[in-house]
Formats: sequence, C-alpha cells, structure tokens
Amino acid sequence: MVYEILEENNLCNYYELNAEPGIIQNKNTRVDKYAFLDDLEIQKKLIQFSNSAHSHITLYLPQIHCSSCLWLLENIHKVNAGIVSSRVNFTKKEVFIVFDNANTSLRKVVETLDNIGYEPYLSLNEISSDSKLKTDKTRWYKIGVAGFCFGNIMMMSLADYMVTSNLIEPKIALFFKILSVILSLPVLFYSATEFFVSAWYGIKNKYLNIDFPVALALAITFIRSIYEILSNTGNGYLDSLSGIVFFMLIGRWLQSRTYQTISFDRDYKSFFPIALNVVKDQRIVPTEISKVKEKDIIQIHSNEIIPVDAILSKGHASIDYSFVTGESLPIQVNIGEMIYAGGKQLDGILELVVVKEVSQSYLTNLWNNSIFNKKDPIKTNSYDTIGKYFTYAVILIGIVSGYYWFLKGSTTLMWNAFTTVLIIACPCALLLSKNYTYGNILRVLGLNKFYLRSPDIIESLSKINHIVLDKTGTITQTHGSNVRYAGTILKEEIKSSVASLLKQSSHPASKLAFEYLSEPNIFEVVDFKEIEGQGIEGWVNERHIKIGSPKFAGGEYHKEIPGTKVVVFIDGTIWGEFIITNKYRIGITKLMNSLKRNYSLSLISGDNDTEFKNIENLLGKGSEVLFNQSPQQKLDYINQLQNNDLQVMMVGDGLNDAGALKHSNVGIAVADTGNNFTPSSDGIIDGSKLSKLDSFISFAKAGKKIILLSFAISAIYNLIGLYFAVQGILSPVIAAILMPSSSITIISLTYGLTEWFSYKYGLKENNNIQ
Amino acid sequence: MSIIILLLIVSIGIAGGFLVAFLWSVKDGQFDDIESPAERILFNNNEINKKQ
Repeated sequence: MVYEILEENNLCNYYELNAEPGIIQNKNTRVDKYAFLDDLEIQKKLIQFSNSAHSHITLYLPQIHCSSCLWLLENIHKVNAGIVSSRVNFTKKEVFIVFDNANTSLRKVVETLDNIGYEPYLSLNEISSDSKLKTDKTRWYKIGVAGFCFGNIMMMSLADYMVTSNLIEPKIALFFKILSVILSLPVLFYSATEFFVSAWYGIKNKYLNIDFPVALALAITFIRSIYEILSNTGNGYLDSLSGIVFFMLIGRWLQSRTYQTISFDRDYKSFFPIALNVVKDQRIVPTEISKVKEKDIIQIHSNEIIPVDAILSKGHASIDYSFVTGESLPIQVNIGEMIYAGGKQLDGILELVVVKEVSQSYLTNLWNNSIFNKKDPIKTNSYDTIGKYFTYAVILIGIVSGYYWFLKGSTTLMWNAFTTVLIIACPCALLLSKNYTYGNILRVLGLNKFYLRSPDIIESLSKINHIVLDKTGTITQTHGSNVRYAGTILKEEIKSSVASLLKQSSHPASKLAFEYLSEPNIFEVVDFKEIEGQGIEGWVNERHIKIGSPKFAGGEYHKEIPGTKVVVFIDGTIWGEFIITNKYRIGITKLMNSLKRNYSLSLISGDNDTEFKNIENLLGKGSEVLFNQSPQQKLDYINQLQNNDLQVMMVGDGLNDAGALKHSNVGIAVADTGNNFTPSSDGIIDGSKLSKLDSFISFAKAGKKIILLSFAISAIYNLIGLYFAVQGILSPVIAAILMPSSSITIISLTYGLTEWFSYKYGLKENNNIQ
Repeated sequence: MSIIILLLIVSIGIAGGFLVAFLWSVKDGQFDDIESPAERILFNNNEINKKQ
C-alpha cells in the first residue's frame, strides 16, 4: 500500500535510499478514524498558528528512525498537494507542517501521514515545551562567552609568565591587565551565575551544596585578582578563574544532555485517545474525550483503548487488560457486563454505554490515588555531602595557615595564605570528574537504549541490592504466547475435527490453539455448547469432542508441566492438551542467571499463577514470587523491602506498576515502542535491551569507581597547590599550571575509563544510531 | 612595542567576530537539531527527475 502511494507520486527513490526502510505497515485504517480532527475546538488546541490562508502544526511522529523517513516526510507535498512545506526535526522526532487551508485540512494532513505509515501521536496535553530548549541555548551562550574570554585572558597572561618583568613595558603590561579584568567580567557575571545562584539556594535552605565552595573560590579568586592588579602587586588568577568556569560549564552541559524525545512524566491522559465516537440519533459524532458524559453511547474499534468505565451493549468484546492489571490473556466480556477504562479492544466494533466518564473512571482513580502521588523520598546526593565536608576542611586549613602567619607577624602572608588556600582548593575537580563521568555514562547507556531521567539516577543505580520484576510485559512479551501440544498426535481427520470445534469459540485460548493447528479443512459442528470460562463441546464427524480447562474436561495429560492448559477429550478419552505459556523475552534466562548471583530477586505479578514453576526455575529457589497482586500490594511490597534496608530497583511496564515504580529507589519502565505509554519512572529501557540490564548496573557501579579514582588524583594536585598556598607563596604561574592540568587529567581519565568499561561490559556493539 | 597593543586589539576583534557568529548561530537554532541537516544534505532532488 505504501509503495503504491509512493509510486503514484514518483517517490520511488525512497526504497533506493535505504535497503530496509522498515516502515511499520499500518493495518488498513478505517475511513473515519480521524473524523474528530474536523472538530473546530480540537483543531484549535492542536494547531499552533493559523490565518486565512495557511496553518502551522508540529506533529510528533515516533516512527521516524532513518534517513529515508526524513526524505519521505520532507517530500510529502508531492503526496498531498495542499501541504506547502514540511520540515523534520530528527532529534525530537517531530515534523513541522505548513498547509494550505483552501486545499487541505488538518484531518487530511494527518490521514496522509497515516497512509504512508507515520501515525502521528496526537495528545492534547503534551505539546512540546519550548522552555527546555531555551535553557539549552543559554548554556551554549555561556560556554561560548567563557571560552572566548578564557582563551584571550590566557594569551595575555602567557606573556606575563614567559617574559621576565623588565622585558615587557609597564605600559603594555598595564594594558594587558586592564583588558584581562574587562574580559573576566562576563565570565564571572554571566557564565558563572548558575554556581552563585545554586550556592545561594543552598544557603537559603540551610545546607551547603557542592556549588558553595565553588562559588566561594570563584568570588575570592576574583576579588584577590582585582586587588593584586589595582595595587600592582601581582597579575591575579583571572586565567585560572575563567578556565575553570569554562571546563565546568562544558561538564555540566555533557551531563545535562537529556533525551528530548522521551517524556518521563506522562500521565494516564496521554495513554487515552483525544476523542471518542459518540452515537447520537443514529449518527456518529466525534467528541472530545472530556465532553463524553454518562449514558452516552460510544463506539470502539479494534485496537482502540477504552478510556471510560462502560457497559457493553453491542459487539464481541475481547479486552486486553495487560496494561492495567498485568493479566496476560485477553478477557471475554458479555453484553451487559462492565468494561473498565484502560482495556484495549482486540477485535471488532463495540458499542458501549458510558457509566463513569473519564475523570471518574477506575483508571483515573487508580492514578490519582494519593498513595501513588506521595512525594519521592529525597534521594540524597553523596556529592553534596562530600562537598560540605570539603568546604569545612578547606576553610579550616585556610584559617589555620592564616592564623599561623598572623602569629609570625606577617599580615601580607596571612592574607596570601588564607585566600590562596581557598582558591587552589576549589572542588572543581570533584565536580568535573562527576560531570564528565556521568555525562559519558548517560551517553553510552542512551546509545544502548537505556534512558535515565537524570545523572543522579546513576548513583542510585550503583547502590541497588534487590531487584523486583514484573511479569507481563517485563520479562515476558506483552503479545504472543507459546502454544504446544502434548499427547496422542492429532492426525488428519481428527485434527480437522478438533480445529473445527475450536473455530467456534472466541475465547483467546481456543483462538491460540486454533492458530497453532493451522488446519484448512473445517467440518460442521453439531450441538455446539460453550460454558463461559471453562470450555466448549460439540459433535464433529460423529465424534463427541470436549475441549477446555482440566476441571471442565475432567483430567490432565501432564500434571507436572506448568502453563495454562486446554485439554482435548474425544469420545470420553483424554487425547492430549494444548499448553499455553508466556513468551519470555530473548536472553532472559541468561540475565536472570547473572542477576541472581549479585542481587536478591523477587517477582510480583498481577497475573494468575500458571507460570509459577517456570518463574521459580528462572529466578532460583530463594526468590520470592507473588501472583495476583494489586497495584497497592505491589507498592506495599516495595515499602516492606525498603524497611528492611534494601535498596530496591523495580522493573515494570504497566499502569499497575506505576506506584511501585515511583516508590522504589530506582524505577525502570520497560517500553517496546517509542510511543508506548510509560508510567512515571526514573529510567526507560527498550524491551529488546532488557537482557543487558546486569551490564548496565555494573557499568553504573564502575562509574562510581571512576569518580573516586579521579577524585584521588585531583586531590594530589590539590595537595601540591596547598603546599604552596599555606606558605603564602602560591604564584599565579603555579595556579595556572596546576588548575588546567588537573582538569585535563580528569577529563581524559574519566573519558578513557568510561569508554574502557563500556567495552568491558559489552555496551559498545552495534552502537550505530539509525 | 606599542604595535603589540594594536595587534592584540585586532586579534581580540577577530575572535570576538567568531564569538558573535557562534552566538548568532545558536540563536538562529542551528544547534537545536544537529542530526537532520546532516542527513538532509545527502538527498539530491535532481536525481529523482533523471529517473523518471
């Protein structure tokens, strides 16, 4: 289908650009899927700018992944002539479209995109924020200014250091100094402001953070340099000052490069569609979701999510609740029964009567449950603690050495010693090593599709000693089950007979078994009976066949084999059984073997316990395995572990894990596609990369070692500096050599070591970004 | 020796020019998306016309 559209419009080149463009072929979309986009109020909320001729809109297309996408989307005006221009932002996976109001409409634009395989992610409350971009820009400005000033001040100071004083004319020397002071002003008052602001916040909240000693050192360095220059007693330390600011800003930038395409704080609303089809007087009216009222009749199509609690009034409902409850098999709902919000209809069209509107539904209540929204426990940052002691120690050394010289009667040396101690002992190295190490770790993890919310998570990750896993969607795949048959082999005519009976039932287990048999010959079934939730029976080809749960059919073939079972009875004798087991993710056994060596494990699932034996084998004997757990029980379990002084990591995927994810020390959400809804979490891991989880944790632990090592090395530089400083003889030359060389040592050391560790843990393979 | 002052002013002026160019490019949004322009340059529109 995609190819036809492309060919019609001469875009055949598309397939030549990339051998595997790999667009997700969309299932035939129904005609009125985007009818709600004709609603003016919805349009108003989505369109950014509109005048009589043109409209502007930015759409998020999670499917964007390769160069071909870019090319296709930027040539989209050839497919829909009403589109004036389109421009892709690859990093944010967005396309900015300008279209002609006279020739096309928002609905047609979205339909065009959907037709070629890019279904836009439409959400009313998730419009990309510009504020983040702005702070990013200021950071660039600050780095640019600091770099410029640093380079020029250093050039002028170099003349001072290289040449003995009588070779340089006093007039020129003075000019150099004045220029240095002028150039240092933007560094201190523009580029370095964030250190002062952060230190001030710390003081206001009565604690010393790591920015405090930095801000103190910067301020004293500046004041002392100005004093030296004005009193003509020296050259000042302006070059070291601006250099340090420059390096620290780069470190912060590296650390703060977050993932623009990923939202860590989605709430249930982004999981819902933005409009529903309401049936009114035999007509279908697309209505914005917040305007759907009680007793409205809504229409739900295949693969749509039901955002309200409702009663089924028409159609065959097969509802997948895996996201809300963790149950792996879909549930059959009969007419007149309740369907809860968050379920997904799998096949066919339904009509439902709304019982509770969106804001009152079960799912919304679950989400708004006050326990779930409890504030995060303050995750302490050990670097601030180190920073605090560091500050005390430095001030103490400064005062002691100053006091020593005061006793000796030299006030000049006293001031020299006191100020230079504070200057040289600036904990910049500590900050640098943390920023550069964590920045690089985040980058490497991101390349491996493991995205962390912030660098502080790396520290929490390195302390983990207990891991709690969810089952459905986490260690098993959400979709797809393994089916096999054990027993007397089903041959030709019997096989067809069994398949014929299975075909009559719409129960998910029967469907799976039917697909497994893939039998083309179907016979007529006489006297078909289906007993809800138990099984089916009927006469096929003069045989009485009974298929269903062991209890219904009256026996089991292999009692010891775990899994959901569908037993086949033919003419009163047990014939065999279909065993349905969850499909585990690839590499999960290896991961578990490696995890259980280093951490204690447990598994909590909302699903039933048919998989108990498999999971026990997987996790090992000592682990706790709990089934049929409600979201609240999951959360309580995490709390209970934490009360036993365990550092808990929770890995889960669905809404039923949301509370547990939030309360654990590190909550990791598993996502299978880019636009999947993920509950609020500390990190998001791509489903295919879950098997590398153990390497990721080891890598985070290695990060801590790297920081400690580089801190030790920078301490050596600091001690050398202090040796001069306490004697009051620290000259700007020594400072100018020590400060940049310690910075550069640390930058290259942290970078080299993180790269080496990422090789060691196998995180460097297939890292090419698509 | 005072030629050095002149040289210095010139050199800082040139460097300042680059700084302004950098700040301008950031403001213009050249650093907002650093991936797509790199891909975009590879597409040659004339090539398609030849193929017709």
